[in-house]
Amino acid sequence: MIFALHPSYWQSSIFRIVGVLAAVLLIAPAFVYLYLFKMVSFMQSRLGPMEAGPYGSLQLLAEVGKWLQKEDLIPDRADKRIFAWAPIIVLMSTFLMFVVVPFGPDAVFTGGENGITSGVFLALALSSISVLGILMAGWSSANKYSLMGGLRAAGQLIAYELPMVLSVLGVVIQAGTLDMNKIVWAQNHDSIFGFSWIGNPYVLTQGVGFLIFMISVQAELTQTPFDMPVAESELVAGYMTEYSGFRFLTFFIAEFATAGAFAAIASTLFLGGWGMPAKWFGWTSLQDVGQWMNFAGPLILFSKIMLLGFVIFWVRFTYPRFREDQLQKFAWKVLIPLSLLNIAVTAVLKVMF
Amino acid sequence: MDAAPTPAAESAVVEAPVVPVVIDDEREAMVSQLRGVIGDALLEYHIKPHDDLWIRVRTDAWVAVGKAVRDVLAMDYFDFLSAMDWMPSPYGRGEDDPTAEPVERSTEVKQGYAGGATRFQIMARVMSSTRHIGVTLKADVDDANPVIDSWIPVYRGANWHERECAEMFGIGFAGHPDLRKLYLPVDFEGYPLRKDFPLLARMVKPWPGIVDVEPIPAHLDTDGGDAE
Amino acid sequence: MTLTSSDRQQLNYIASQAADARVNVEIETEGMTLNIGPQHPATHGTLRIIAKVDGEQVVWAEPAAGYMHRGYEKLTEVRSFPQVTTLVNRIDWLGSFANEVPFILAAEKLMEIEAPPRAQYIRTILFELSRIANVTLFLGDMAAQLGALTPVFYAFRDREYVLNLIEAATGGRFHPNFDRIGGLKDDLPAGFIDETRAVMKKMRSFCTLMEDVLLGNEIFQQRCRGIGVIPKDIALSYGLSGANLRASGVNWDLRRDQKLPMAWDKVDWKVWTHPDGDSFARYWVRLQETRESTLIVDRLLDSMPSGPIMAKVPRIIKVPEGEAWVSTENPLGEMGYYVVSKGDTGPFRVKIRSASFNNVSIASWVLKGVLIPDVITILASLYFILGDIDR
Repeated sequence: MIFALHPSYWQSSIFRIVGVLAAVLLIAPAFVYLYLFKMVSFMQSRLGPMEAGPYGSLQLLAEVGKWLQKEDLIPDRADKRIFAWAPIIVLMSTFLMFVVVPFGPDAVFTGGENGITSGVFLALALSSISVLGILMAGWSSANKYSLMGGLRAAGQLIAYELPMVLSVLGVVIQAGTLDMNKIVWAQNHDSIFGFSWIGNPYVLTQGVGFLIFMISVQAELTQTPFDMPVAESELVAGYMTEYSGFRFLTFFIAEFATAGAFAAIASTLFLGGWGMPAKWFGWTSLQDVGQWMNFAGPLILFSKIMLLGFVIFWVRFTYPRFREDQLQKFAWKVLIPLSLLNIAVTAVLKVMF
Repeated sequence: MDAAPTPAAESAVVEAPVVPVVIDDEREAMVSQLRGVIGDALLEYHIKPHDDLWIRVRTDAWVAVGKAVRDVLAMDYFDFLSAMDWMPSPYGRGEDDPTAEPVERSTEVKQGYAGGATRFQIMARVMSSTRHIGVTLKADVDDANPVIDSWIPVYRGANWHERECAEMFGIGFAGHPDLRKLYLPVDFEGYPLRKDFPLLARMVKPWPGIVDVEPIPAHLDTDGGDAE
Repeated sequence: MTLTSSDRQQLNYIASQAADARVNVEIETEGMTLNIGPQHPATHGTLRIIAKVDGEQVVWAEPAAGYMHRGYEKLTEVRSFPQVTTLVNRIDWLGSFANEVPFILAAEKLMEIEAPPRAQYIRTILFELSRIANVTLFLGDMAAQLGALTPVFYAFRDREYVLNLIEAATGGRFHPNFDRIGGLKDDLPAGFIDETRAVMKKMRSFCTLMEDVLLGNEIFQQRCRGIGVIPKDIALSYGLSGANLRASGVNWDLRRDQKLPMAWDKVDWKVWTHPDGDSFARYWVRLQETRESTLIVDRLLDSMPSGPIMAKVPRIIKVPEGEAWVSTENPLGEMGYYVVSKGDTGPFRVKIRSASFNNVSIASWVLKGVLIPDVITILASLYFILGDIDR
């Protein structure tokens, strides 16, 4: 435990809840402000929000306030209970995904010998729950556009689950474990052909897997070039069309928090998570890692999340969008065979070396 | 006192200026070619040399003329199809004072180039994408029963043009598959582009005319005074 | 699928409803009837496409225009010729000066006068500037319809330069109202020529930017190549014009192929065509034409004559009796005016032939059997402006 503290169960539960909330609610607004408001504005040769707060930094607060004070409209023919639960389910899956990400050698929400040792598996499974939420939103809105958006989303998300899972398998083979913390340690401790000064971040040795994973993440987030479900110029807002007020805010926050969650998982699996190469500090095992890492780890992870978020949003605002069938073709005919090939090559190379 | 005509005046026989007659060979050839195909359906024609060609045809031969023009004269491009209401508007230019006596205006129908016998005329323009020359075709439409054949078998683009014509002028197009209103609401009554259909905006508030708030400065007034 | 009488009844029912894009028509088992528009982020204004879809495929689609009908042809009957110029600016509001020109040329044809050479050159330059302003927006906007949200901002940014030029010369960014029968209202301001040259360089770099960002992009190509192919004879039969026609392989440009008192024949320039006739071809042709327009403007500026900018015309213009037709190669296509005059101060009738009217009427033919995202691509590539369709 941290500093040899042994908090009681209810105390550590509170820490965990606050921790997850902090993780989500620090990362999502940072994404929104830095990338959605500012980075994309600069890329489009404009300034973005500048009024609310210095350089528009409080714009998100203003937006949250705006969405909260709007009227809560539920369409007359909508299925009210499903309509209300859909955004909650989507947000819930995001929170749950953060639970498996390790923020430090001991700063984990659940891990160690008695906790979850198959974090990778859980993370990928939890990310699929949002598909349910989206389908619920599309169906219950009693709106043809929303229905079409929901159906498109369901097809797309299911199609891109597979490449995501398969590309992660390469990492698992190389690390030899499903435990996220051990994967982080493996990346920072292992060596590439004997050269261990930068550890073995799987972005280098699993480059193809990383690429496939990032593309699948882009599709899972329904971001351009895979944003058919929310294609603004065709379906207005897809499955989110009929939502307003705090329900829409929930979808909005969930969208960016999920981006943060996927970026966190990607950084953990490919970029080395909370760690720095062990060679720099002379650590030899996970237990060896200094306690100060529990405070520096989250910061390091945060910066890696920001880096991957930058890439995700940069691609979002550059590319046009795929048509639905082209999207599916890309997933089934290109990404899945490629990821299968990746697994095969990884397995062979792992055995050889 | 009568002065004898001066010798200069006698010998100054002024000849009338000779205006060279310009013949537009290409367009004349087009007319004779067309006449060869449709015969006496070609009622009248008017050529502005090196400018344009107007041909008026018989109403019942409208589709046949269209096909002839498309196939024989190689006019493959459909420009537009519309109608003309040759009656001058009884409301003038909407400048009448609503409180005064209604002004009597002549509503005598006088057609334009290539003549005509009816108040309404269909006009269509087609061009050749290869020869870069066009022709304007006109056809009379009977006043009592304004119907003409639809040009859709000749040019597909006539579809929307005929719909607009039908709703604006009240001309029927026989054989048009779907003569719904294009611009106007479904329950609109009347035919707006007919001259006896008033422009409501001008009925409500007539145009006050060209009103000079401040007279034009003398050095810019090339015309020398209002010629209203 | 042919239109049965019950379909027609249903169509009448749909057409007579209020313009609510989300009205829930009964979901039949064989397909869903979808309203794209009139309130819709994609369509350039209030155009409504009624589409019968089967899953993602459009079985039958029909555009319903008229939401912006302003009754131009009726309005021209009560106005004098200079007043009609003001009115006519607003048909194609993105390239406004280009709307005035054919009308003024028709009136000048009836009066048998010609504008002095300098006025012709300036008219042509402003015409090409309005073409650049108009098509630049298209280049960015079609990308936005496809999902690439960034190029449209570059388009707006670079278009500002051209609009500033038009404002410097005419006083109005969007509605210049600058053309007069016999010439122009004013001469060019000082510094216009140098400024224009600099702006044309900027616009050429914008065209190169669009080529780099979009034309080579695989997703753009996949979305546009082979989508909405319009063969040459169908295009001509529907009266498709402008870049749409040239993208189907017809080598026809009204600037080059007819004699008008404008300055296009005084400089060398190229007409761009593309054989494919799909959405990509239409985008490609417009991009090349924009670049060509900048070159035309440069060359015209090089050779511009000096002289008066207005012919001798009386203050109150009465156009002699007659009929005249003039059409020009406007940014959207072929725009023409059939002016009938009875010797009055105003026209007797003006038939306005607008390009987008024909360009959109082909939609019901070309949208059969395509997927819904392709509907947006095709409509975007045909490029219409509502004011031009509805007049």
